[in-house]
Amino acid sequence: MDAWLFEIIGKFNYWIYVVLMMTGFYAMIRKNNLIKKLLGMNIFQTAIILLYISMGSKVGGKIPILDKEQALAGAVQVADVVNPLPHVLMLTAIVVSVSVTGVALAVALRIYKEYGSIDEDQILERIGKS
Amino acid sequence: MNHNLPVLVLAFPLLAAFAVNLLGKISKKHVAPWTLASLILSAGTSLWVLKDVLQNGKFSYTVGGWMAPYGIELVLDPLSALMLVMVSWVALIATFSALPSIKKEMPGREHLFFSLYLILICGMMGLVITGDAFNLYVLLEITSITTYGLIAMGKGRAPLSSFNYIIMGTIGACFYLLGVGYLYLLTGTLNMADIASRLPALYESPTVATAFCFLIVGVWIKMAFFPLHGWLPNAYTYAPKGASVLVAPLMTKVSVFLMIRIMFSIYSPEYDFLMHLGIKNLVVWAATIAIVGASLIALTQKDFLKMLSYIVVAEVGYMVGGVWLANQEGLTGAIFHILNDSLMTLCFFLVASAIAYRTGSSRIADFRGLFQKMPLTMLALSVGALSVVGVPPTCGFFSKWYLLLGGVEAGQWEFVAALIFSSIVNAVLFYRVFEVAFSHSEEEPSLKFENSRILETSPMMIPPLVVIPVVLLVIGLSAGPLVREVIRLAVPAL
Repeated sequence: MDAWLFEIIGKFNYWIYVVLMMTGFYAMIRKNNLIKKLLGMNIFQTAIILLYISMGSKVGGKIPILDKEQALAGAVQVADVVNPLPHVLMLTAIVVSVSVTGVALAVALRIYKEYGSIDEDQILERIGKS
Repeated sequence: MNHNLPVLVLAFPLLAAFAVNLLGKISKKHVAPWTLASLILSAGTSLWVLKDVLQNGKFSYTVGGWMAPYGIELVLDPLSALMLVMVSWVALIATFSALPSIKKEMPGREHLFFSLYLILICGMMGLVITGDAFNLYVLLEITSITTYGLIAMGKGRAPLSSFNYIIMGTIGACFYLLGVGYLYLLTGTLNMADIASRLPALYESPTVATAFCFLIVGVWIKMAFFPLHGWLPNAYTYAPKGASVLVAPLMTKVSVFLMIRIMFSIYSPEYDFLMHLGIKNLVVWAATIAIVGASLIALTQKDFLKMLSYIVVAEVGYMVGGVWLANQEGLTGAIFHILNDSLMTLCFFLVASAIAYRTGSSRIADFRGLFQKMPLTMLALSVGALSVVGVPPTCGFFSKWYLLLGGVEAGQWEFVAALIFSSIVNAVLFYRVFEVAFSHSEEEPSLKFENSRILETSPMMIPPLVVIPVVLLVIGLSAGPLVREVIRLAVPAL
C-alpha cells in the first residue's frame, strides 16, 4: 500500500498527464457533439504540454535566466536551473494547437450553417434525407 | 554544392504564397503566373539538388548557421533528395490542373486557395528534408492545417469530412509529439542523427519501445493505414478537385517516407524490437489485410473519386508491407513504389478533375460515351490503369515486382498473394469504368456536357494529361538504370 501510494504521489504530474490524456481521447472518439470533440482535442493537447513541462522541471530549480558574469565564469550549476528547452518547444506546440482549434472552429461553423446542427448523428441523418 | 540550394527549393513557394495572397486581392490575374513561376523554379532547383547529392553524397545544411545538434539541420541524402524532386514535380504538374478547376469551382477566391496550396507544398518539402524530430512535428502540422483548410473549401459534405480529418489528424500528430517527448526524455536531444547515436545504449528500455509505437502509430494515422483510414475517402472525394489533385498523390506517400525515416534514421535495424520476427510478421499481416480490405471496399464504390481513394488506401498497404519486409528487395520496392504510386495517383486525379471540369460529375454511371468525347483523357486513364494493375512496361509493374521478390525472400506468402489479388481487383475496377466509358451515349445522353464548345477539357489541363502517361512509360522502360543509379542508393542500409 505504501509503495503504491508513493508511486502515485511521487509522480503525480505524470499520473495527471495520463488521466487528462485519456479524458481528451475519450471525448474525441466517443462524443457526438462536434464542439465537445474539439474540447477533448484541446484537453489531449494540454496533457502533452504537461508532460513536456514536467520533463524540464527540477526540485528547487531556478528560472533559467543566467547572470552574465556568473555564466562566463562557469559558476552556473546546470542542476540548479530548470531546463528551458521543453518550455520553448511547448510554446510552438501551443501555437500549433491554437491554429488547429481555430481552423476546426471555422469548419464547425460552416457545418452548422450547412446543416443547422453540431450533433454528428443529426447531421448524418440530414445528409441521408437530402 | 552551392550551399543555399536546399533552402531555396522551399523558399520559392513560401514567398510566392504571400505574393499570391496580396497581389491576388488586387487582381486574380496575378495568381497563376506567381504560383507557376515559383513551382517551376522550385522543381528545377530540386533536380539540381538531387544531381548534386548523387554525385557528392549526403549533405547537411545548417539553418541560420546554428550548428547541429543545437540548431535545425536539413539532411539531404539520396532518399530525401529523391522525395524532394518527387514532391516538387508532382506539385508543379498538379498545378496545371488545379488552376482551371479552382477558377471554375470557386471564382473570386483563387488567391486564398492558392496561398494555402503553396504553403502546403512548402510544408511537404520541409517534411522530407528536415533532420530534426521536433521540426518535423511542426511541419507535419503545417501540412495538416493547410490540408484541412483546402478540403473544407469544397461543397456539400466537404466541411464535415474535413472536421473528421482534423480530429484524426490531430490524434496522429499528438501521438508523434508524445513519441518525440519520450525520446527527448531519454536522450536529451531532438536532432535525428544525434538521437540515433545515443539510442543504442538504451535499446533495452521499455520507454524506447513505447516511443517507437507512438511515433509509428502517429504516422500510420497520417498515411491512412487500413484500420486507421476512416478519414481519407470522404476527405479526398468531397475536397475541391484542385486540392485533391495535389493532396492525394503526395500526402500519404510523404507519410510513408516519414515511417522509413523513423525506422531507419532515428532507430536502426540493430534495434531488436524493430527486427523482432513476431512484430514484423504482425505488421506485414496488417498490411495484407489493408490491401485486401481496401480493395474489396473499392469494388463496392459507385463514385469514381471514392473508388480511387480506396485504391490509394490499398497502395499504402503495399508500401507499409514492403518496408516492414525489412529486406533489400522489399525496401527497394517500397521506395520505388512511393515514386510510382504518387505518379499513378496523380494521373487518376488529373483525369478525374478533367472529367469533372467537362461534365461536373464523378459518378461512374455518368461516364457514358467518354471515349468519344474525351479521347485524350481516357487514354491517360488507360495508361494509369495498366500501371496500377501492373502490366509491363508501365512503372507499376516494376515496383510491384520488387515487392513480390521481397515478399518471397522473406517468406511472407500472404503478402505476395494480397499483391496479386489487389492487381486482379484493380483490373476489375478499371474494366467496369471502361465498360461504361466505351458504351455509346446516343440513345441515352446521361452526360451533361456543360459547354460543348470546349474540345476536350480546359486547355490548361491537357499538357499534364499528355505528360503523365509518357512519364509512367518512361519510368517503366528505364526502371533498371533508375533502380541501380538512384533507388538503391536511397535504400537505408540493412
